[in-house]
Amino acid sequence: MNSLAMSSLTIAWVMAALQTLIFIAAAPLMAGWVKRLKCHMQNRAAPAVWQPYRDLAKLMRKDMVLAENASWLFRATPYIVFGATLLAAAAVPLVVVHLPTAAIADLIVLVGFFALARFFTALAALDIGTAFGGMGASREMTVAALAEPAMLMVVFTLAMTAGTTNLSTATEAVLQAGVVLRPSFLFALFALAMVAVAECGRIPVDNPATHLELTMLHEAMILEYGGRHLALIEWAAQIKLMIYAVLIVDFFFPWGIARDFNAVSLTIGVIAGTAKVMLLAMLLVVWETVLAKIRLFRAPQFLGFAFLLALLGMLTSVVLETGS
Amino acid sequence: MVDNMVDNMVDGVPLFLAYSALICTLLSGVVSLFAVRRHPGFLHFGSFLFLFLAGVTDVIAGGWALLTDLTVTDRLALGLPWLEWHLRLDPLTGFFMVLLGTLVTATSLYGPSYTREYTQGDAPQPLPPLGVFTATFILGMQMLLLADDALVFMIFWELMSASGYFLVAYQHQHAANRHAAFLYLLLAHVGALVILLAFGVLAAFGDGLTFDQMRAAQLSPLWAMLAFAFAFLGFGTKAGMVPLHVWLPDAHPVAPSHISALMSGAMLKMGIYGIVRVSFDLIGEVHWEWGVVMLIVGTASALLGVLYALMQHDLKRLLAYHSIENIGIILMGLGMSMIFLGSGHPLLGTLALVAALYHTLNHAAFKGLLFLGAGAVLYRTHERDLERMGGLIHRMPVTAFMFLVGSVAISALPPFNGFVSEWLTFQAALQAPALDNGVLRILLPVAAAMLALTGALAAACFVKAFGIAFLGRPRTHHVAHAHEVPLGMLLGMGLLATLCLVLGVLPTPAIEAMAPITRLLVHTALPTAAAQGWLWLTPVSPQGASYSAPFVLLALVVVYGLGYLFLKRGAAPARRCYPWDCGFGQLNHRMEYTSTSFTQLIRHVFGAVWKVDEGVETTTAGGGPIPRVTGIHHHLHVQDWSWLKVYLPIGHLVLEAAKRVGFIQSGSIHTYLRYSFGTLVFLLWIVSL
Repeated sequence: MNSLAMSSLTIAWVMAALQTLIFIAAAPLMAGWVKRLKCHMQNRAAPAVWQPYRDLAKLMRKDMVLAENASWLFRATPYIVFGATLLAAAAVPLVVVHLPTAAIADLIVLVGFFALARFFTALAALDIGTAFGGMGASREMTVAALAEPAMLMVVFTLAMTAGTTNLSTATEAVLQAGVVLRPSFLFALFALAMVAVAECGRIPVDNPATHLELTMLHEAMILEYGGRHLALIEWAAQIKLMIYAVLIVDFFFPWGIARDFNAVSLTIGVIAGTAKVMLLAMLLVVWETVLAKIRLFRAPQFLGFAFLLALLGMLTSVVLETGS
Repeated sequence: MVDNMVDNMVDGVPLFLAYSALICTLLSGVVSLFAVRRHPGFLHFGSFLFLFLAGVTDVIAGGWALLTDLTVTDRLALGLPWLEWHLRLDPLTGFFMVLLGTLVTATSLYGPSYTREYTQGDAPQPLPPLGVFTATFILGMQMLLLADDALVFMIFWELMSASGYFLVAYQHQHAANRHAAFLYLLLAHVGALVILLAFGVLAAFGDGLTFDQMRAAQLSPLWAMLAFAFAFLGFGTKAGMVPLHVWLPDAHPVAPSHISALMSGAMLKMGIYGIVRVSFDLIGEVHWEWGVVMLIVGTASALLGVLYALMQHDLKRLLAYHSIENIGIILMGLGMSMIFLGSGHPLLGTLALVAALYHTLNHAAFKGLLFLGAGAVLYRTHERDLERMGGLIHRMPVTAFMFLVGSVAISALPPFNGFVSEWLTFQAALQAPALDNGVLRILLPVAAAMLALTGALAAACFVKAFGIAFLGRPRTHHVAHAHEVPLGMLLGMGLLATLCLVLGVLPTPAIEAMAPITRLLVHTALPTAAAQGWLWLTPVSPQGASYSAPFVLLALVVVYGLGYLFLKRGAAPARRCYPWDCGFGQLNHRMEYTSTSFTQLIRHVFGAVWKVDEGVETTTAGGGPIPRVTGIHHHLHVQDWSWLKVYLPIGHLVLEAAKRVGFIQSGSIHTYLRYSFGTLVFLLWIVSL
């Protein structure tokens, strides 16, 4: 009995590690898919979906050039950013629900990981002492300060409904509840989508495709990075985008995700997960194509609206759904 | 019989240790008083040696009482003949003694080098007053923690406050310091007066001054509320809650930095201790309505504290405002605890109480560390202004690392300690659906969202503080030539930095160790905190929420190791070159973002919170159609509304009233004789009635 429990635990850990590997391996693919779709949508010649892998490989191989006054912090930051993002990826159920790694970090810790990565990225941006770095750090921290409460409000809404902040358990709770239309979830979904757009540096808050100083947030911070450092940071950004996509899937459309380690359900889980993330990527592409980037001083209004939606979601949840 | 005696003797040891700590502190004061002038080096060292012993002994005594769940009482026949001093060492006292002792130990390591600075330079300062008042300051805190009656408590509370005045006014040649010290003293006394009223209510119902009598007192709800309100106001003034915080950002920065660390780390916590002792222990039965008030005040303190901090470019002032923020977070935890306890959810109340107490300990560790770090920068560069620092990570690498640890911890980022206590506070707030009252169910999560905003803004603030001070290029010549501080100062910071990491990575044993406090105060302990072993922190239930800091640290180390192994090892060494300068030529420090520009966007978003006076003036010379611009000057004044809207009007009112009353003061002796005569007749008339 005990050895049986041990072996099932081992399987669970192996599955968790495997899923994390799939997660980080698939993230550039998603980025490539988004880029390709966007090009098609905008009548441009599209790169192959594999292009992000080629870019990462090229950056990894390149020699390192550092600014003359870069400190150890500048060199350590890419690893901290990648590590924190990797941990976040490990906690999010992608193919299968019951993950032992989900117990390491619940939803609030997940937000903490992103905050940790952002904190060090902003510090590294200030390390060189260029105006661009400071500009990016200042903007990113302000946007984050507004996005984080909205994100946590969404998390609270879900956690209060599911009675847990553990991602695996919360997904399971949504699965068990079946298809119920909760108004609070609707508000939370829109809020989370808006936060995700802001946090991942997409249009309309930031533009990932530009290096123009007036519009940059995230890119301004990492302007001085190159080689393997840049590869790690870019890769982490791709993983982060995928995490947000999977989070939306897990909370609002988890159906199809495997609930045991059976080969059939795992296959269904992989297929369902891929399909849903691809669909979300399409929505993102449409969103980014029809919208223009807003002025920086408008970004607080955008995020304030997200916060308001999240707050409404929570109030709806408290007043209408959990009332006794 | 023999066993019993041995037991009694063993139980007496912590109290004996606590007394030894008191004596060490006294000796430290005595040593600095008598001998510093003749043998400055040796005895200056001796004074800090005694402080070190006092700190270590305090930690042992407090830790002993806490870990063994021990309560010992004692009476000392000191003071007035019919009023003995009642002393008591219980887990709650022990917890705060550990906190105090840790900070005293760290500052005693840090102090000898730091204070040597005062004996040098153009205007050397006398050291004896600093040593004596440091000792009485610490003595006051040690004794008020041990106090078991209101008399001893108030005497040593006042000793702490009064010593604090002399420490704030230590460099009294600056008018700003005298002003800060006066404001501190004024509010300390207003606070003490209100605390006295709280004890007055309790003593009247308990028929005595000892805490035991107060515990036994049966208060009607109205009087209980009054006692709580007085205690909350009085202790809150000391803790620095909004809007009674105005003394704090003035007083903390001007004191010597190791004293700032003690003040922010320990003295503010005495206010928290007072609130916990009076409301949870002496009054005993808490009401959820009190919790609501405390939660709202706490949320306001947290949010306003961090927003004000963001606008500062004086490093120590910035840290002082962050103390207000963190006190707010602690009050939020206490408030939620009262709400849960008052609504009949003892377990959830315990969770929130643990979160608050854990944050108290964590704040002592990281804020002490940050003040010592700011002191180290001040020691080498004589700068408190962020706008004149920069690039110190190259000049003072160890100090920079310590300050970074403190910054990460205070910004509530995993895997450091600040994150754990904020996470626990969030977990407590998420239990709101258990409450019956609909308004409370909404209030708690909204407060938690404000806490999230506070945390994110704190992170922005410390990106600014660390980034502007330690990163980038040096902005002044002397900052560019600073060098690392002496070993003693590094050791003091290292002790607290280690504590930040340990409390962050091993929260489960630390919270387990705090169980005696909650058993003492609310008669429950968190049963599930360590349900899954020391690796996992599961405050509510293993399914509900869990966090494993050791795994997080391990994963970060593994990622770094793998990165080193696969990416860095085989690669060619990095080449250094100029950063990209847009083709305009050499970059210099004038092109860097400054502290003010860093927060410009935040100032824009939250504009209504401050009174911002900002503008650009252009001076021109020469006439003609296009005058020549000779200078552009940007000015920015950010002021606290509470000072302008609350304190200044009150101050004007007092002055105005004094003027009105002033007309009876003619200065002539005849007038005063007439007053005396009139009073005498009036009193005689009253007596004859």
